[in-house]
Amino acid sequence: MQDGPLVVAGERLRSRLLVGTGKFSAHEVMRDAVLASGAEIVTVALRRVDLDRVGEGDILDFVPPGVRLLPNTSGAVDAAEAVRLARLGRAGTGTSWVKLEVTPDPRTLAPDPVETLRAAELLVADGFTVLPYCSADPVLCRRLEEAGCATVMPLGAWIGSNRGLRTRDAIEVIVDQAGVPVVVDAGLGAPSDAAEAMEVGADAVLVNTAIAVARDPVAMARAFALATAAGRLGYLAGRGAVGEVASASSPLTGFLSHPPTGLLSQPPTPGSGSTAGAAGLRPGRAEADVVGGGV
Amino acid sequence: MAQPKGRFARELDALDLAGLSGRAFTDAEVTRALGKNHLDLGDLAALLSPAATARLEEIAQAAREVTLRRFGRAVRLYAPLYVSNACLSSCTYCGFAKDLPIARRTLTVDEVEREAALLTGRGFRHLLLVAGEHRVEVSQDYLVEVVERLRPAVPSLSIETQTWSDDTYARLVAAGLEGVVHYQETYDRARYAQTHTAGWKRDYDRRLASTERAAEAGVRRLGVGALLGLAADWRRDVLAVAAHAGFLVRTYWRTEVTVALPRIKPSASGYQPLVPVADAEYVQALAALRLFEPETGIVLSTREPAALRDGLVRIAVTSMSAGSSTEPGGYSAPGRATEQFSVSDERSPAEVAAMLAAAGYEPVWKDAFPLVEASR
Repeated sequence: MQDGPLVVAGERLRSRLLVGTGKFSAHEVMRDAVLASGAEIVTVALRRVDLDRVGEGDILDFVPPGVRLLPNTSGAVDAAEAVRLARLGRAGTGTSWVKLEVTPDPRTLAPDPVETLRAAELLVADGFTVLPYCSADPVLCRRLEEAGCATVMPLGAWIGSNRGLRTRDAIEVIVDQAGVPVVVDAGLGAPSDAAEAMEVGADAVLVNTAIAVARDPVAMARAFALATAAGRLGYLAGRGAVGEVASASSPLTGFLSHPPTGLLSQPPTPGSGSTAGAAGLRPGRAEADVVGGGV
Repeated sequence: MAQPKGRFARELDALDLAGLSGRAFTDAEVTRALGKNHLDLGDLAALLSPAATARLEEIAQAAREVTLRRFGRAVRLYAPLYVSNACLSSCTYCGFAKDLPIARRTLTVDEVEREAALLTGRGFRHLLLVAGEHRVEVSQDYLVEVVERLRPAVPSLSIETQTWSDDTYARLVAAGLEGVVHYQETYDRARYAQTHTAGWKRDYDRRLASTERAAEAGVRRLGVGALLGLAADWRRDVLAVAAHAGFLVRTYWRTEVTVALPRIKPSASGYQPLVPVADAEYVQALAALRLFEPETGIVLSTREPAALRDGLVRIAVTSMSAGSSTEPGGYSAPGRATEQFSVSDERSPAEVAAMLAAAGYEPVWKDAFPLVEASR
């Protein structure tokens, strides 16, 4: 089965796995994990970048060549700070792509929806390509898209929690409505979580903690790459509907050959999942991926 | 005149920490505490109790897992920069106490800048400005000037000075200060009164409420802690630190809270700890604190010896100093003033960074960005 590229702001990407660079035991391990992940976009916290030390072992020196750098504004607590940090990052790294993170609560690191939207508007107006980390909120994702963001990046669970796709119901709605790529960011703790996010139709996933703190980060990066691809393929292939119990092959028409004799002989009820639409590829999804490019 | 009680002081009054600390816990209660995701103070007391001593390895393993998940394999490095040992307070355990006949010195702002340049040359981007309690020599204006001067070269600046009840915190935040560290030393009022005999620091409530004033002024990082060895019941002080951190996290949700449990070191004061805290108890205390506050940074200074520090970064510690001097001007011109205490881990910053790397941790020199516009 053929899959088109993921297109973000006009850039065509083969890999649907984005990775973060924090929490690794050493920059060398991070670099090897990035290579093993096959990711074409890596995000780096600007707070960790020391522009005075680039070329002398700074984290930026370990982003493999050919991989797109996506600086992030982690640590920013409001829109003004995120915008200032993004501008510092653009001046220092030369890229106008930014992963917008506005997290005023140091405990949960939950994104501030109000300040994130405000910052997104300011950054888009300033010529940035904005990929915002956000709550898994369908309306917020629509607003971020309207503001001109290149993607939306709703969280799967609290950042760093490894809890998996806790926001699945919301992600399904967001995926269904989005005109820009949906990247599930944060909380994916195991390769199967990434596969699940891709199966429900996310266009990509972003993983950091689960790879960085694994016993073997390089192997875990590879596992996430495989799971992301498998989940994508599963999505494209169109899975069958989920049933609660085993279902007969012709529950509705079986009576034609074996007429029921009473209520107790009713056949099992079909599964509660919708059989049409939910499992299939959304019409126009491949094209929808490309929409981000025009923003 | 003594200051009125702050919010946490009133909350603390309502807690029976001495009762919790003195309770005879069973092994089953330790097991129960270890199995919980959200520990209350009773669970913490169980993990700190003598009954939990036999379970130390298990507690440490659990703490390590929590630390790794939240903070990853990364340890933030900082350096203390002592700007003055002038002091108007008298604390019986401190080498800077006002009546001690020591060599006193307050650095000029130029001298502070030279010390900072030396430290940034060694890699540090997080500096903690430390001073004795002297509101004339280390005044609000002086601190603001120091912060403004260092800001372009140092993205993360914190202070550990006397407490303030005026607009000092707000002015420092506006100047680009990131953090404030105010250890209560001991939360036991009676013991506090015995060991803090003169100066502003004598006022227990003034000191305790200062963390609330700093948070309200918009300080981003707030460090609290107790000096173990000061009060006879160290477990009670650890419980109080945990309660204090929990209160601050709950009340000032934008503020990042860190905790530390320094142990008393020999100094010019000649003070001997009432009850020394053994190494195993110390590890137990930090590991238990980690389980109680999974998201709170734990800070460890060079007061502790190398081997213990190397062990603790694998369990609970997320931020540590390295290559420290506790003497004002001690980095560029040592020997002109008396140090606060002698450090135990004398390794250079590069050696500590190499230790971290060998242990599978990335030494994080920079984890901050300038908080105010460079042009201001």
